[in-house]
Amino acid sequence: MAKHKTPLLDQLESGPWPSFVSDIKQEAASRAKNEKGLDYQIPVDCPEDLLGVLEMSYTDGETHWKHGGIVGVFGYGGGVIGRYCDQPEMFPGVAHFHTIRVAQPNGKWYSTKLLGDLMDIWELRGSGLTNMHGATGDIVFLGTSTPQLEEIFFELTHNLDIDLGGSGSNLRTPAACMGMSRCEYACYDSQELCYNLTMEYQDELHRPAFPYKFKFKFDACPNGCVAAIARSDLSFIGTWKDDIKVNQEAVAAYVGGEFPPNAGAHADRDWGPFDIQKEVVDLCPSKCISYEDGKLTIDNKECVRCMHCINTMPRALKVGDERGCSILCGAKAPILDGPQMGSLLVPFMEVNKDDDYQSIKDLIENVWDWWMEEGKNRERVGETMKRLGMAALVHAAGVPFDARQVQEPRHNPYIFWKADDVKGGWDRDINDFRKRHQR
Amino acid sequence: MAFISSGYNPAKPMEGRVSDIGPRHFGEYLPPVIKDNFGKWDYHEIIEAGILLHVAQSGDKTYTVRAATARLMTVTHIREICEIADKFCGGFVRFTTRNNLEFQVETEEAAKELKAFLNAQKFEGGSMKFPVGGTGAAVTNIVHTQGWVHCHTPATDASGTVKATMDVVFDDFTNMKLPAPVRISMACCLNMCGAVHCSDIAILGIHRKPPIIDHEYLDNLCEIPLAVAACPTGAVRPTKVEIEGKTYKTVAVKEERCMFCGNCYTMCPSLPLADGEGDGIAIMVGGKISNRITKPAFSKVVVPFVPNEPPRWPTLTKVIKKILDTYAAEANKYERLGDWANRIGWERFFEKCDLPFSEHLIDDFRDPAYYTWRQTTQFKW
Repeated sequence: MAKHKTPLLDQLESGPWPSFVSDIKQEAASRAKNEKGLDYQIPVDCPEDLLGVLEMSYTDGETHWKHGGIVGVFGYGGGVIGRYCDQPEMFPGVAHFHTIRVAQPNGKWYSTKLLGDLMDIWELRGSGLTNMHGATGDIVFLGTSTPQLEEIFFELTHNLDIDLGGSGSNLRTPAACMGMSRCEYACYDSQELCYNLTMEYQDELHRPAFPYKFKFKFDACPNGCVAAIARSDLSFIGTWKDDIKVNQEAVAAYVGGEFPPNAGAHADRDWGPFDIQKEVVDLCPSKCISYEDGKLTIDNKECVRCMHCINTMPRALKVGDERGCSILCGAKAPILDGPQMGSLLVPFMEVNKDDDYQSIKDLIENVWDWWMEEGKNRERVGETMKRLGMAALVHAAGVPFDARQVQEPRHNPYIFWKADDVKGGWDRDINDFRKRHQR
Repeated sequence: MAFISSGYNPAKPMEGRVSDIGPRHFGEYLPPVIKDNFGKWDYHEIIEAGILLHVAQSGDKTYTVRAATARLMTVTHIREICEIADKFCGGFVRFTTRNNLEFQVETEEAAKELKAFLNAQKFEGGSMKFPVGGTGAAVTNIVHTQGWVHCHTPATDASGTVKATMDVVFDDFTNMKLPAPVRISMACCLNMCGAVHCSDIAILGIHRKPPIIDHEYLDNLCEIPLAVAACPTGAVRPTKVEIEGKTYKTVAVKEERCMFCGNCYTMCPSLPLADGEGDGIAIMVGGKISNRITKPAFSKVVVPFVPNEPPRWPTLTKVIKKILDTYAAEANKYERLGDWANRIGWERFFEKCDLPFSEHLIDDFRDPAYYTWRQTTQFKW
């Protein structure tokens, strides 16, 4: 028998899509039954009370979580999102309902052993509810009490060798696409670079020292499967410098209909036979592809590496061999100044594990040194760029100015010059001027 | 409920503390075929909706079966996932960047068997536990946020709007019949945690009433300058008020300058603004993050407000279905939703999708707003 009546939420149990309501109910039932005989460390009916408070929100159309909440573990300044219900007498099981962010393996690959071990901790010491995963990438343990935080942290670090993720004005948990683990487009090992930098900057992740939050994301090609360009302050997006590799026999197989275009992504609708002119050549944004006499030619110098032809004929066209990444800076959501996507800062950077990615680390630290000094309170680096100028970022990063850093040159003539760059400087005497020009 | 210690000693909190160890290395969790062919993949194919084949340069093959999750999931559900991974996949499983599950198997037969098995699993209430799909030119999982389940600033619920929407567009999750992939995202306030600003279709919780000011508590709970600086439109200023003969330091909100973003509440607990009748959802369309053919683009607001209608949000889901079906019928192959709208013109987009155009959709935020107006005589009647 459910603790609270939930007539509105019950309506979300029907329909084909997996129902979070049904799932929470099965967890509630499992805890009530307690077949393992666990001594639950937070109220056994926590999931029931969550459904109760959620039903209340469905009834009145307003959230029932109090503002904020500052909890955590000693040694760290983040990792836990505190939360308290604003009706604790009615729903004591969620009076405390803190979220713990747990560092996820890159690419989100798991063994069932690891997942099982994580669940053993969470079943005993938390609500039994999770998010797999938070938008930034963390494993999210959803709902526990303050006294359990250190206990959970102790078990994670001592028994599972796993740390917390980030929260607050610091480096948040970095995330990568699955990269080389299962994709032929990967231009660099996004997972390894992500892991390396996560370990390198553990201090910046656990102890807030920044003006505001800062995120890294790693896409191994411009398809953007982890959305680095939109969702990270520094975005590392794989690319190449040499020619796209063309296998003409495989091109013929696409033209002949033996290979499905786009690997079969449009298979459930009849789009007619594959038309290489219409579907590849004519759609190329640079118009640098031609197909004549059964031969596909790419003018690689004019290619912008958008991935369209490769995505459409993955068996015939391959990314080049001289690989690295582009680095873009400043993506953020609208608050405060409006949304931004990453702006191109470094067109091409080698991704070199042999020197421990030193050139990438140098760039990151240059950007941080500048932003930590110049950034205002709660100002994302993208907003610092807008306030002080893209050129200030390029200077700070210590990289060359490059026409690739703009979509177009400025159309207003409000150009700043430094006094040193102007012959004669700025110190001028009005009397000298008047010798040539009477009042 | 007896307290069970993990071994942590609260009397000596720093003793034996382990810190800064980060995540486990992903290499520990790669299935053997993935580990053996890491960085040496040759090509891939989508065998059918929800089933991918990757072929390595060595000739090795791996089949991936992709299934949905609700993202918000329980220990019991994760243990069920583990049972499936143990039974079919040698104990390995992964999650995608859109919170789907992926299982690796060795043969096409095994993949189809697993797909059938996953599609047969149901919750007690009747919904599918692991519907297979989300590949190719389809609607895949909805990236979403906390909503009324955990957050203090939402204007709507996340889990509920997502479930209601995915039920309505479910056919496009299990089929690949759209012109291009359609990414739907959801955020419960305009902090836009996640991907709302860069998705083909986006569901965004919004408020429509200025904050209520808790004058008697504000100065004790808030750093007033932070609340002032939190306002994008300069609507908040410091002031004093007198209540029953007592003077309080507080803030004033210029209501005609407030556009209800809620950022002052994020900074100051004495400025709540949630409102059952005022709050609801804005719908945005046309964003993308890939660089394929066209550049990445922001989503644009095309419906300024639909009311919150829990538990199934019928107005919201009806509008989304209409936009999706119109796009599916009219766009060219490979054309993302925003690329289609740009090609036909936004005036035509509103006409075809049967959406009213109102003053709320015209940008009025600072200098960049000008660049969204139409400086040309080129338009369609």
